[in-house]
Amino acid sequence: MTAPAPLKSAIRPGLAPGVRLSFDKARDCWVVLAPERVLVPDETALEILQRCNGSRPVDEIVDELASVYNADRGEIAQDVEDMVSDLIAKRILVG
Amino acid sequence: MSGAANPTPPLAPPLAALLELTHRCPLQCPYCSNPIELERAKGELSTDEWRRVLDEAAELGVLQVHFSGGEPTVRRDLPELVAHARRIGLYSNLITSGVTLDRARLAVLAQAGLDHAQLSIQDVDHQTAAHIANHPGVQGKKLAFARWVREIGLPLTINAVVNRHNVTRVERMIDLAVELGAVRVEVAHVQYYGWALRNRAALMPTLEQVQEATQRVEAARARLRGQIVIDYVVPDYYARQPKSCMGGWGRQFLNITPSGEVLPCHAAQTIPGLVFDSVRHKPLAEIWASSAAFEAYRGTDWMPEPCRSCDQREVDWGGCRCQALAITGSAAAADPACALSPAHQEMRSLAEAASAAPAPDFVYRRMTPQETPAKVAAATR
Ligand code: SF4
Ligand code: SF4
Repeated sequence: MTAPAPLKSAIRPGLAPGVRLSFDKARDCWVVLAPERVLVPDETALEILQRCNGSRPVDEIVDELASVYNADRGEIAQDVEDMVSDLIAKRILVG
Repeated sequence: MSGAANPTPPLAPPLAALLELTHRCPLQCPYCSNPIELERAKGELSTDEWRRVLDEAAELGVLQVHFSGGEPTVRRDLPELVAHARRIGLYSNLITSGVTLDRARLAVLAQAGLDHAQLSIQDVDHQTAAHIANHPGVQGKKLAFARWVREIGLPLTINAVVNRHNVTRVERMIDLAVELGAVRVEVAHVQYYGWALRNRAALMPTLEQVQEATQRVEAARARLRGQIVIDYVVPDYYARQPKSCMGGWGRQFLNITPSGEVLPCHAAQTIPGLVFDSVRHKPLAEIWASSAAFEAYRGTDWMPEPCRSCDQREVDWGGCRCQALAITGSAAAADPACALSPAHQEMRSLAEAASAAPAPDFVYRRMTPQETPAKVAAATR
């Protein structure tokens, strides 16, 4: 847990233009719809994505998830930051 | 077809549908993915029919629709169809040549709820671009279109089709996509079916050119990470492993022609003996589940050796049926892109011979039956 965070905790991630998070009735799951891509987020990813609305800083998302899951804040922070920076590189999120 | 002995898992719904709204197009690219026998305007589905098809697609589980052609924007009802797709929750993508719309009509599409636009380019070099599309001034129009897309706030993908005339400029095409503010660039070597197969000798790059292009794409990926998504479609003729065409026949994707025929892939009509169903006569769900064309190569039951006993058979699904047909004469053979195919060396040799010889003139994509390539070229200079 000592790896340097590649991400500033103050950025406010949101879905990139052309990306939608929507519920798929036929498959009974949430999907991320992006140019030529359909991603099926797992439960953790979904919890994070649903909070990426472009107005809430990463810090606040981490605080909330830590309290909802009653989990170690450091661990949650790592998960959120890893996922957010990966999805920014893939152009699913913008920071 | 299905043996009672091994019960098959329930069929998953398709993820995406490509809707060829029309085969009309002002450009004449010699690698066009449309069939040689282009469909006429009078046979096209009506607005109401396309709306019903969209409803049936969404109901079936399709998530993304690609409005394509020909040039889909020559259909005046496109904004209505885009709006309908948005209303029922479908993600919509416009695949366009960018030469027919003005800014105002593009804005109408964005307002109707279009999610994304994909613009094809022929080259960075204006003259070669005009030669490939057989359309003077094509590049200027495309650059203007790309600007409008960004000004209006739509996300943009640039689709660059790579062939022997532009292969040395792949990196510049990627840089152009970045300059134009694209979120994604698709660098795709020509796939040799239909028009492209007819023009194979005029389009095929050498192995050295392909290797160089691949290196340049890799370098650009490293350099532009986080700035733009780069998808690279490698050329089958120099490959050792086949692509999983469309994620497997009848597994994720369907294609609907202007008159409503439903195909497992855009080139499926090149396979003799396949029978297609039309949305005019049957519901889409029924076609997906049981149309003879979809059943023909779905899953692995149809496979002969070497695919039948290969551990990759549920990874690449034996590769592309249309390519197997084009090279071996049998659509059920292993894709010759596979090193295990008996026709593998033959396909490689075809590419080497074609690319070593001087490029013949293009046979441009046309509605009317064509004469010899020489005559067409003479008439267009
Ligand atoms: S490949 Fe060229 S000619 Fe064919 S539909 Fe696309 S823009 Fe038109
Ligand atoms: S033998 Fe068939 S299944 Fe195996 S890798 Fe080649 S094409 Fe794919």
